[in-house]
Amino acid sequence: MKGSIRPFRSLALVGALALLLAACSSDDGGGGGTGGGNDQNAGDRTLVISNWDAYMPKKLIPNFEAATGIDVQLAIHTTNEDIMGKITAQDGGGFDVVFVSGPFVQALVAQGWAAELDHSQIPNLANLYPEATQLAFDPGNRYSIPYAWGTTGICYRTDLVQQMPSSWDVFRNPPADLAGKMTMLGTDRWLLQPALISLGYSINTTNPAQIEEATAWTLEAKDNLLGFDDTTFYSKLVSGEASLVQAWDGWCEYGRADEPKIDFVVPDEGSDVWTDTMVILASSEHKEEAHEFLNYVLDPKVGASVSGFVLYKVPNEPAMESVDPALLEQFPTLALSPSDLFQQEAEEDLGQGVSAWSEAVAQIKAG
Amino acid sequence: MLLGPGVTWWVVFFAVPVAILFAYSFFRRGTFGGVVYDLSLDNYRRAIDPLYLNILWFSIRVAVITTGLALLIGYPAAYFIASSPRRLRLPLLVIVILPFWTSFLIRTYAWIVLLNPVGLINRSLQGLGVTDGPLPLLYNEFAIVLGLLYAYLPLMILPLYASIERLGPSVREVAADLGAPPANTFLRVTLPLTLPGIAAGCIFVFVPSLGNFIVPELLGGGRKIMMGNLIQQQFLQARDWPFGATLALFVVALMLVLLAIQARILNRERSQASDGR
Repeated sequence: MKGSIRPFRSLALVGALALLLAACSSDDGGGGGTGGGNDQNAGDRTLVISNWDAYMPKKLIPNFEAATGIDVQLAIHTTNEDIMGKITAQDGGGFDVVFVSGPFVQALVAQGWAAELDHSQIPNLANLYPEATQLAFDPGNRYSIPYAWGTTGICYRTDLVQQMPSSWDVFRNPPADLAGKMTMLGTDRWLLQPALISLGYSINTTNPAQIEEATAWTLEAKDNLLGFDDTTFYSKLVSGEASLVQAWDGWCEYGRADEPKIDFVVPDEGSDVWTDTMVILASSEHKEEAHEFLNYVLDPKVGASVSGFVLYKVPNEPAMESVDPALLEQFPTLALSPSDLFQQEAEEDLGQGVSAWSEAVAQIKAG
Repeated sequence: MLLGPGVTWWVVFFAVPVAILFAYSFFRRGTFGGVVYDLSLDNYRRAIDPLYLNILWFSIRVAVITTGLALLIGYPAAYFIASSPRRLRLPLLVIVILPFWTSFLIRTYAWIVLLNPVGLINRSLQGLGVTDGPLPLLYNEFAIVLGLLYAYLPLMILPLYASIERLGPSVREVAADLGAPPANTFLRVTLPLTLPGIAAGCIFVFVPSLGNFIVPELLGGGRKIMMGNLIQQQFLQARDWPFGATLALFVVALMLVLLAIQARILNRERSQASDGR
């Protein structure tokens, strides 16, 4: 039995290394911890809030804590789908306040997970633009307070395109110099949008024939793309890797902040208007504190700081009026008025139509 | 007594989750997400649609190519480490796993910096006059395979190293003494005796390659979709957990088949070893 020790040692070594390796590579998934929202002692002034990363000025939470004495635990989600998954996994619990987009307010309400708001505790509601109180997904702000809103359009390098883009058709029939130099958004709702709008259909359609037509349109466009990109498209513009991308207005401004030769246009055919909101969960045991937070965010000064930080418009009239004019000049999409914005179609939940959409997405990505 | 923790681990982290997936696969999605407990086989009918079978096929192809390349690169590397002087082996193994000390996401983004049309490699090639225009290195199948290969190569090298090291040089010396040329020694002695390591390495690379969704998304530019992306899309974007569970079961079934093959190889190896004694 010569060498009977050796193999054991080498196996143990490899085992240890493998463990080490597993431990070190386990950080590639999304964030995990959700924190316990429903503390037993409801007497504590605490709040668990979940928001997108970097979607709030860094000082907002510390300032709120200082002003109210409420202890805030901030969780991060990467997408609407991510936070919905976390809430679903905890059967509607885990958080006091969550930031989600309009269609997801509808989903939360339908599941009975959104708390009805007590407007008497939110005096700053008066600061909202009239348009912000009549949102299709939640008329009268019964369950949600809009936080920021914007539209989707074409973001491009003025020095790398021959002609200013004016139509979504640029993705399907690009001039030769743009082929392979464009990206489109890859998540379900925005992937089909250029096609649906070009074809004259609603962006909330669930009609299978229309979705099929839009799928064919997008498959044609795919041949001209560098790729689908939801997260780094503006840096691709800055580096010159891409010349023209489908982009949310505020994220186009992130690009413009680094490269002034970037501009944004809403195509002639129109676009969408999306709204990100704050919702209090029905399971929250800190509803009073949660209302205080919503009211705090609606303060004009706070609203203006949000707009200046995230470079999106906020639905807060006095806040937008107080935004530094120099900022509006540097980032023109901030100057889009609510009436401009609401000429576009608002996003709504697709309900059971989601399956047809996700099938279309799989078809486009696999094609 | 020793079985206790192992069995508990298996039940809690494998049997129960798979049972939940199995149960979900017969239900359907509620209008706003969530699960409605109506029994049906609809998800299975939907999963065998050519659309999804093609995605499965593409994923298997990518994972097979990745595994094959990992074996071609990993075997010589493991052989080299195992036949290095003893004091060099640990440092060499540490070098193999060193990249894992930084985030997988960051390392994947680093490939984008290197491979993109205006990136380091393309600029250098054009600067040196080797190519006229940028080579299509990114956002295609090549980039996906490269990213997966880079990510999982250590998982191939480690088990191969273990089995080559365990074999030791003595059997090779015996074969050489008996007059076998080096190629014969390798094909008829070393290779068969390290088969368990090859099987383990191949499974360690194949299974995560099939399920990875970050590499196709980032390096594939989202232009190609693999099983991992499809399952992630169903669970997160479509919020269709029942259909996502059905698709996940296909991958689990594939993995079980592979593990069964590996178990057969190991068994054969063991029975041959005991026959020899």
